[in-house]
Amino acid sequence: MNVMPGIATLSVGERKILQDFVDEHQLFYGPDPAIMRNHHLEPRTDMEDAAMKKHDDPHLLNQVRGRVISALSESFRMVEQMGAAPGAKWGDLVTAIFTASGDLSEISPAGIVTFAGVCQYPIKFINKYWTDDPSVGVRHGDGFIHNDSRYGGIHNTDQSMMMPVFHEGELVCWVSSTIHEGENGAIEPGGMPAKAESRFDEGLKMSPFRIVEDFQVKRDILTFLQNSVRDPKLQYEDVKVKLHACIRLMERVRSVIAEFGKDALVAYLRRNLEDTEAEVHRRIAELPDGVVRFNTWIDSTLREPALVKIACAARVKGDRMCMDFRGSSPQLSNRSINAVIGSTKVCFLTGVLQNIWPDLPHNLGVLAAFDFETDPNSLIDANNDAPCAMSLLPMFRTITVATVSFPKFIYGLPDGAKARATVTIAGQYNQPATFVYGGLTQHMDVTGNFCADINGNGQGARENRDGEHSVSPLFGFMCDTGEHELAEEELPMVRLIAQHLARDRVGWGKYRGGLGYEQMVTVRGTNMWGFMTGQSGSWFCSAPGLFGGYNCPAYPIGKVKDVNVFDWFAKEGNAARFPYGIVELMNEQPIEGARYLTADAGMTFELVEEGEIYMICQGAGAGYGDVLERDPEAVMQDLREDLISHESARDIYHVVYDERTLIVDVAATEKARAGERAARKARGRKYADFVADWVTEAPAEDLPYYGSWGDPATVYTGAGAARQMLDAGTIQPIFMADPRDVRIAELEAQLAAKG
Amino acid sequence: MKVLVTEYLRIDLDTEKWECRSCNHEIGNARGNYKEGLLVYDREPAEIHKPLLDPKRYSHTYTPNPKWCRILEFYCPNCGTMVETEYTVPGHPPVHDIEFDIDALKAQWATRKPVTERTPGKEPPRHEHHHHGHGHGAAHAPQKD
Repeated sequence: MNVMPGIATLSVGERKILQDFVDEHQLFYGPDPAIMRNHHLEPRTDMEDAAMKKHDDPHLLNQVRGRVISALSESFRMVEQMGAAPGAKWGDLVTAIFTASGDLSEISPAGIVTFAGVCQYPIKFINKYWTDDPSVGVRHGDGFIHNDSRYGGIHNTDQSMMMPVFHEGELVCWVSSTIHEGENGAIEPGGMPAKAESRFDEGLKMSPFRIVEDFQVKRDILTFLQNSVRDPKLQYEDVKVKLHACIRLMERVRSVIAEFGKDALVAYLRRNLEDTEAEVHRRIAELPDGVVRFNTWIDSTLREPALVKIACAARVKGDRMCMDFRGSSPQLSNRSINAVIGSTKVCFLTGVLQNIWPDLPHNLGVLAAFDFETDPNSLIDANNDAPCAMSLLPMFRTITVATVSFPKFIYGLPDGAKARATVTIAGQYNQPATFVYGGLTQHMDVTGNFCADINGNGQGARENRDGEHSVSPLFGFMCDTGEHELAEEELPMVRLIAQHLARDRVGWGKYRGGLGYEQMVTVRGTNMWGFMTGQSGSWFCSAPGLFGGYNCPAYPIGKVKDVNVFDWFAKEGNAARFPYGIVELMNEQPIEGARYLTADAGMTFELVEEGEIYMICQGAGAGYGDVLERDPEAVMQDLREDLISHESARDIYHVVYDERTLIVDVAATEKARAGERAARKARGRKYADFVADWVTEAPAEDLPYYGSWGDPATVYTGAGAARQMLDAGTIQPIFMADPRDVRIAELEAQLAAKG
Repeated sequence: MKVLVTEYLRIDLDTEKWECRSCNHEIGNARGNYKEGLLVYDREPAEIHKPLLDPKRYSHTYTPNPKWCRILEFYCPNCGTMVETEYTVPGHPPVHDIEFDIDALKAQWATRKPVTERTPGKEPPRHEHHHHGHGHGAAHAPQKD
């Protein structure tokens, strides 16, 4: 609600007149904090109350649920089969159903939780602002489109179609379909502009509006949208795909109503939420009361190196759990890595459902059971002016927070505890490790999008086995990494190696994380093409180990520039000489005259010449437990599968064996490991002594640091003379210097020093 | 009554002590920070995440920047088990990661049976092959018209 100056001087009657005037003459319908900050269930409506009194048979409601889930699954497959976006082809999508009030009640079984979770915000916006607006309205056959993350969304590359479902003139529920579309006309092609310095650099910004009337796409509006992006064919096709998935879903829902009655559907949708929330409270009550704390640092803004803190204290008291993110970095107002609170919460929900309680219905009832505390104007609770195009960086960390905080509450619970729904797992790799691309294809089409490699994060190690290699993205367990051959038919990109597991890039532990794979790509058949990448973690390891396990390694980008590898391949013998691995290629440097370099894996868009090579890695999941407890035979198996080197087997795992036969010397290994345990005791220092020497008052002077240090109430920003200390509760957004200006100043200083 | 907390830690509710699960060593007061009873080592990250690319040629080598990232290794002072690792920024106070309300924990476990060994949590359901007596895979073969 607006706070008007001088309102305190007015009488009650005058205040009402003024408020009514303001309400009736709203200048601008921006994102509504009352919607965006509320993650709890809407109050039960009279329709829901009556329906639930009429239908309290759980078997009947479960039958309805089965029908609805089948319908969601069907509509999901429709989108996956027909969608044009790479994200749609490889599972980066969801269909979902919401109550009439807009609460997410159920998602398609293989769908992306975050997409459906954030979609409830625009539905609630439509309910609140458009339903009774005579210039808009909400009618049977309408379809609303949306992509602006400030109204609910992860980032503006995701587009949703939302349709109301009516029965005898009464709104009974909403259905939706969401795809990571990619291209959206932003300052960089591909939909995730790391370079965005304001929200106006993020491209197409669709607040929720009607694009479909009477089940037909309004062509005039569609044409405007097509003109707003680099890939008009994609925009057209996927609007229709999402629309028809919604229509099919609506047909199935209406057949459920025909068979079971409207009240059975309404009762199921609401009870699904209330029962889920109650179950989450029961599970929280099983946990110990107390606090689990976890800190993680993003090491890049994608424009410059920076240590950007995400702090979390998870507090349990009875059946309540509060995720306290205070002390995290301030909002960086001219960088793309901010997130609004609605998105942050839903990503946390994903972490809970993906790795902690996957057996729960995937709906708002889970999230509603939690409380959150944040600092307004912080990186994960940014204001509406902040660009959020690469919000993935902080939001993926909130998935990680759930993954590694909960096990410390859950591990000791009795076998029968409901909170022990799955095995304990270390952190999955948590970076969007993929190439975003854009330019002119070999078919003379202008396009921009991203590669499905983003879906190949290595899984964290589990308490009873190793993590799976490149299994899925941490935000969706059923996504795939795509077929490169299909991509090469459409795009001028050539894979020089195909999903080659990255040897020795391992999250070590008693059980190791799953490995990631190398991506080595070049360009052919175009005179205008470029790449960007959005990984952090090139200097600070991003995926955390658990219970003594190590994190994943640090991952850079590698480049071979100023050469056309296809010309080089054409010379006799060179194809056989080419080392099909990043490490070998970079260390051996077989291509004469080329320029080899590595850099931070957060790279803004740059043009690529034909035959230049760009390389990144999908990352490994983190390790679980003490490396000295790893079964020596499992280490030998890692050697057989070429996952690790002999050097790592010896130095990390302390296994003694014959390198030729891979036969373990059990006694010598036990002796070596006993020796290492003794060495630990000799080199380890008493905690109090260590802390006395280790802890500093503040981050090192030259460290570009953003966030709290020891005390979450005080937040540091920047380095050197520009560093500020702020009260966490009243932090203001930070503006970063232009990296080019910084570089120019450095060079000018060097010139000045030389006279 | 003893309550498991992690792979290597438990709390003895009677003595109110943290204990090492590997060697039964009494680590410290359960109402305090278990890390205070462990040994700490500031690990050079390049020893764990080795520079796979030639550091003489490249700025980034798959190894963390040691001025930005350190690995604190926490060892049991009795058996040398690595109880916890903490990746942190140089000089940052080690995080007090587990702080339980011991009185509430006692009340919670008053009605629970002791658990001395963790059995792993549930595995996700896996596809089972059914035997139909007509050869492996036949049940999945496409039907002919």
